[in-house]
Formats: sequence, structure tokens, C-alpha cells
Amino acid sequence: MDTTAPRPRKRLAIFRTADPVLTPLIKACGYSAILFVIMIFVFLWSEGFAALGEVSLKNLFSARWYPIEEYFGLLPLIGGSLLVTLGAALFAVPIGVLTAVYISEVAPRWMREVLKPVIEILGGLPSVVLGFLGILVLAPFLRKLLDLPTGLTALAGSILLGAISIPTIVSIAEDALDAVPRSYRDASLAIGATRWQTIWRVTLPAARSGVFTAIMLGIGRAIGETMTVMMVSGNAAVLPSGLRALFEPVRTMTATIAAEMGEVATGSVHYHVLFLIGIILFLISLVVNVSASLLIQRKQKRSERVLS
Amino acid sequence: MVTLMDKIVIKDLYLQYSDQTESLRGINLTIPANQISVLFGPAGGGKSTLLRVLNRLNDLTDVRAQSGEVLFDGLNILEKSVDVINLRRKVGMVFATPVALPFSIRRNVLYGLELAGEHRPRVLSEALERSLTQAALWDEVKDRLDDPAVALSGGQQQRLCLARSLAQQPEVILLDEPTSGLDPISTSKVEASLQELKQEYTIVLVPHSVQQAARVADMAAFFLQGELVEFSPGKRLFTNPRDKRTQDYVEGRFG
Amino acid sequence: MTSSTAKRQRQQAAGFTLLTVIAALTIFVIVAILAYILIRGVGAVSPGFLFTPPSNGMKAGGIWPAIVGTFYLTLGTALFAVPLGIGAAIYLAEYARESTLTRVIRIAITNLAGIPSVVYGLFGLGLFVLFLKFGTSILAGSMTLAIMTLPVIISTTEEALRSVPQSFRVVSVSLGGTRWQTVRKVVLPEALPGILTGVILGLERAAGETAPIMFTAAAFFLPRMPSSPLDPTMALPYHLFVISTQVPGMPVQIQFGTALVLLVFVVGMNLVATLIRSRARARRQW
Repeated sequence: MDTTAPRPRKRLAIFRTADPVLTPLIKACGYSAILFVIMIFVFLWSEGFAALGEVSLKNLFSARWYPIEEYFGLLPLIGGSLLVTLGAALFAVPIGVLTAVYISEVAPRWMREVLKPVIEILGGLPSVVLGFLGILVLAPFLRKLLDLPTGLTALAGSILLGAISIPTIVSIAEDALDAVPRSYRDASLAIGATRWQTIWRVTLPAARSGVFTAIMLGIGRAIGETMTVMMVSGNAAVLPSGLRALFEPVRTMTATIAAEMGEVATGSVHYHVLFLIGIILFLISLVVNVSASLLIQRKQKRSERVLS
Repeated sequence: MVTLMDKIVIKDLYLQYSDQTESLRGINLTIPANQISVLFGPAGGGKSTLLRVLNRLNDLTDVRAQSGEVLFDGLNILEKSVDVINLRRKVGMVFATPVALPFSIRRNVLYGLELAGEHRPRVLSEALERSLTQAALWDEVKDRLDDPAVALSGGQQQRLCLARSLAQQPEVILLDEPTSGLDPISTSKVEASLQELKQEYTIVLVPHSVQQAARVADMAAFFLQGELVEFSPGKRLFTNPRDKRTQDYVEGRFG
Repeated sequence: MTSSTAKRQRQQAAGFTLLTVIAALTIFVIVAILAYILIRGVGAVSPGFLFTPPSNGMKAGGIWPAIVGTFYLTLGTALFAVPLGIGAAIYLAEYARESTLTRVIRIAITNLAGIPSVVYGLFGLGLFVLFLKFGTSILAGSMTLAIMTLPVIISTTEEALRSVPQSFRVVSVSLGGTRWQTVRKVVLPEALPGILTGVILGLERAAGETAPIMFTAAAFFLPRMPSSPLDPTMALPYHLFVISTQVPGMPVQIQFGTALVLLVFVVGMNLVATLIRSRARARRQW
């Protein structure tokens, strides 16, 4: 028994000194998130900034993307991203918000227990699998249904992007609805409103900033999605000319990077322009996410004030 | 007349939390060794705050301003250089709500020793039986020491918490309303063990009622809105208080 | 009066029906996707398919190198992201007081969560492949995926840590525990199921991603297995991308088989996470 005694004492010595070593280590982990965001920006910048010197602004803001002949017009790509995202929002927002309302306000408990994990599975489906199904199932279906020359269109991209952003919208919007105090609903029901009226006139308005955040993050997710849109939206770098373009092939910013980065020479103009597109995407997500989290933080502060 | 040894001497202690909830205003108090000192008064008077100063648990809270001295065996424990870990081993604490850690009964009792790196089986088993016996719990749990502690009743859990702070043989035990959630039988068990324990330990207790204060106090301190109104031997304070406010409170006119 | 009540009741009934239909449709579509891939793909899955490399320009043979590659990449991601993510969560939940700094950290984390996966790919290419000269490799891909996975692991771990009652910490500290002892002996073990759930959900996302590994780790076709972390590798998601867009005349069955294996990988992880979470909830005593 005495022979085992010294070993634990040694361990004790390690633990005593462990705190001064571990504390900085743990702090460093905490700061790492900031470091990574900065590093990502710095690396995008260092590779992409050169494009602004190499390509004239007139060229960048033109409607022609044809890198082999040094046409680097970004408008078709930006337009393609906006179009596909808008299309996705058109049905992901209503379906997402209504599903959240259903889960939080209407569904019986067992239904909730089924719905939430199933929707989580949708959120976890690899985008390449959805893209694969898009090529094999959705695109041929759309082609026949709408009598199009090809089913690989902005619409196909929109539908799948919508599916990808629905889980984000549902889970954040549902949290927001859940956070509305029970008493609001009770007060509304007590003066004779139906549950349906209560949802629309009381609960949803009370949760509006959270629901708005949900929509914003859902759309943010859609703009950044890559594989699915690359696989199903046809990849034609043509400036979309209105909503009709939903039925034509388009190419998004993300798909352009993914499709072309593998083939460009490191350090070429084309390479720099692709990083410049990366900077644009980074800045979009920065704006979307920072404003969403500021919104959430402000909301929290307000509710803390109300509660205290 | 027994000569009392001073265990803790508090000099001019001021303290304010950053949310300005409870504060201490110029406390001067001498806590004698091997006695039960009772801190009582209406809620928000500063009793619990003072208790938490005595083993520096306030380090976990946002304290805005603090001044004065708290001398523990002559050493000012508010100094930055004080080994807080060592201090907390010497000053045990039992809280109002019993908190059984999510371990077995055995590991709960020995948790303080585990933190200190004590691994010798003989020392551990001795400490286990001694502290559980002192807390009047040994007979009830000796056959199921490896059961989860949460399975114990509220009263048993509170005595477990007492045993847990006794296990590492502190010099002072702080108790913050330790019987507030307990039935009368458990309460009297705890109070009886306190009377035993004061032979060995210095006890500072925030009681959950004036009656309990009167029952157990060797020395009693009456706190009102962050000030120490009166500090005298329990017998005198509860029968013949010097201050009108103490008298009113003890007689139940407010509080 | 009564007629208006009746009207409102009808309106509510219609509204609730609509919501139920929408929710049911959502479920139906998801289940249909899973079932469709299962039915079309299950015929392709055989030991020969799982454990042999592709042959004949990928039009025959199996997907073994891609399975192994995805396993390596996921493992590599875990190696970097799990300690870092848990460390960051411990910092936020246990060490830091709320301040401007922690707010900036939180904003950085949400921001990391929102950066498009293809931008991670660019970053990984710029930093790991080119600047640090790891080349197109498992190492570069894993580190890229790890940074992408970090926000999921941090936020779920922090939530799990915060769900441990504060009183446990106070007791541990009052008995002379250091902050680290308290975290290690009391908080972490209690939060473990929640942390595991978060880690698995994060890794699930990493395992299914294509864009971040396209330029950092993935190889179109490799006749042999990677032998070091500095080798490129095949990976299931990238392989599925390749065989469904880049190889003309690809047998559909092999495509579905690959999709099914990837799906089983990912959905399996998701189910394990859900299981751990619900079992821990059922067992919780406080």
C-alpha cells in the first residue's frame, strides 16, 4: 500500500501547476475564433486583392464572364446568386415559418418529437446528395412538367436551396416563438380570441425579430450553398433578365469558384478574380451574420430589462 | 469564565456588489474559537454576504468595492496573496439548499480530499466514517456508501453536505440556513451535531429563524441593512438586548 | 355573435389543417428522399462494392478508397476541432466574464458558422495548401474542415456546460477546488452527453461536405490508399460529385450506392447524436 502512495502525490503536483498552464491554453482556444475570422479575411484578401489592380472595374462590372478571353464580368454571377436565392426564399420562408408555427403552437407533443429530428436530418443531408437527386430526379421532372429545353435551371437550384435553408429557418424561428411568454397567449385567449387569431395577432408579432433573424440566416445559408447549385442550375454565366430567368440555366458565385478553381493556374488573373468573388461572399455572410447576432443580442438585452 | 480565543477578527469591512443588491457597511466583529456564533436578522441584511467573505466565495461574484480586513488567525484573508484554495480547505461551508454532487455518497463526502490529492485508502476510509458519524448520518448510509447521493432525502443530503465539509477537517464551518428546508427531526439532528462539533471547530451559523438563533447561539450578531447592530453572548442578546432595533426584531415586531 | 364565433372557429380549423398539411408534406419529402436513395441504392451495396477500389474508369468496382478517405478526413477534423472547440466553450462558459471581448468572440463564432463552405475551401487552399505547403492533403483538408466545424462544436458544448447547475460549481469551489478541477471533475462529466451530441453533429457536417475539400484534400481518383497525412485522398461526397457530373455513361446503380453509403454515414451519425441526447435527458436527475 505504501508503494502506491507516492504516485498519486506526483499527480497532485501536476494538477497544482496545471492551472497556470491550462488557463492560458483555454483562453487561447476562446480567442481562436476571432483569429480564424481575421485569418480567413487576410488570406482571401492577399490572394484576391490583386484582381482589382489587374482587371479594370469596367470589366468586373460588365455582363460577360468568359475568363479564357479575360472577360471577368461579375454581374451574371452576382445576378445568378441573387436569383437562385430569391427563388429559394420565395418558398422556403413561408414553409419554414409556417412549419415553425406548427411545431411551436399547434402540433401535439408526439408530432413535435417526430418533426424536430426529421427536419434536423434534412439540415444534415450533404448538399452533394441533394444535388445528385436534383440531377437525376428533379431536373427531368421539371423539364417535362414545364416543357423546358433543360431542367437544370435556376428553378431547380432554388427548390433545393429552399430545402437546405428550411431547417435553419424552422429551428431559429421556433426558438423565437417558444420564447414568447405564455402570458401573452393567455391574455389573448382570455379576451376571446381563437388560437389561430392569437398566433397571427400576438405570438408571431411578438416573435418578429427572432423570425426575421431566422429568415436572414436561412437566406444567408442559401447564398453560400455551393455543391447543389453547381450541380443543378445549369452553370450558364448569363445575366438573368428578371424572374423569367428562373426557367433558364444560371451560374452563381459559389458555383463559379467551385467549378473553376480546380483548373486555374495559381497566381493567374483568373485565380485572383475567383478569390475576389470569395471576398464578396465573405463580406455578404459577415453582414448577414453580424447583423443577425446584433439583433439577437439587442433583443436579449431588452428582454433582460423587461424581466428585471 | 472561559477565556475565548479569537479565531476571526473583522475590521471595518465594507463591501458592495456591482448590482448594488446587498452590501456590508463597516462591520467590526470578533468570532471566538470553539463557539457557535450566530449571524441573524432580516433578509438582505448582509449575513450571507459576510459568510461568503469568510471563505472568499465572493470571488465568484461581481464585487464592486471592498475594504477593511478579515484576520483569520491573525492573517488578513482579503489580501491578494492569500492562498484561497488553502483558506477554503480550512473554512468549510454548508449551503441553504443541500447540493449533492452527482456522485456516490462516498465520493461526495471525500470530494474535498480528492481535490487536495489525498489518495491513501486508510486516510480516506477514516475520514469517511468520522465525518459521517459527526454529521449523524453514518448509521443511515453505512451500508450504501456507493449509492448515488441524490437518492438521499433532503435532510440526509444536508447532513451529507455537513459531512462533506467536515471530511477535510476544517477549522471553521460556515452554515448558511442549513436547516431551512428540513423537517423538525432532521433540524434537531443537525443542531445536536453542531453542539458536538463546536468542541473541535469554530462554527458560524446563519439560522433560518430567530428561535433557532436563540437555541444554538453562544454568541449572536444582529444584522440590519448591512450594519452590525449588536453582538453579544446569545443569552444576553435574546433576553436583554441593548439596542431597541434588536429587541423589536427578536420580539417579532418586524422582519 | 354566434355566427361570427362559428366563422372564427372554421377559420381556425382551416388554418390548422393547412399548417398540418405543410408539416406533413415536409416530413413526407424528407422521408421520400431517404427512402428513394435506400431503395435505389441498396442493390448496389455488396462487400465487393464496399471493399474494393473503383475500376474501369470508375464505371465498375467499389468505393473503398472513398470510404477510408472520408473516415480519415473526419478523424483528422475531430483531432483538431474537438480539443479546440471544447476549450473555447470552456473558456466562454467557465472562465470568461461577459464583456466586450466575449461579445466579439461570439460574433466571430456566428460569423464562422455563416461563411460559405466554398470560401473555407479557398481559405484552406490559400493557407494550408499553398502558404504552409501541406499540398493537397488529408492534413490540409482536415484543418479546413475543422475550422468550419468549430462553431457547431463550440456552441453546443457551451450550451451543455451552461446546463450544469451553478450550485455544483459553487460547492466544488467552496471545498477548495480550483476552477480547472471543478470543470474537470464536476462540470465536464455532467455535460458529456451534450458535448458528445454537439461533436457528432459537427463531424456529421464535416463528413458530408464537398466544397471545402475540393481544392484542399480530394483526389479525383487514386489507385492506392493514402499512406500519410500529407497524401491526397478520395472522399465519399467528392466521389459522388465526380461520378454524377464528371463521368459520362456512369451506371446509375453505382451512383445510388455511393449516395446511400454517404447517407448512412451521415444520418447514422445524426441518429447516434439524437440517441445520446434523449438518453441523457431521460437519465438527468437534477
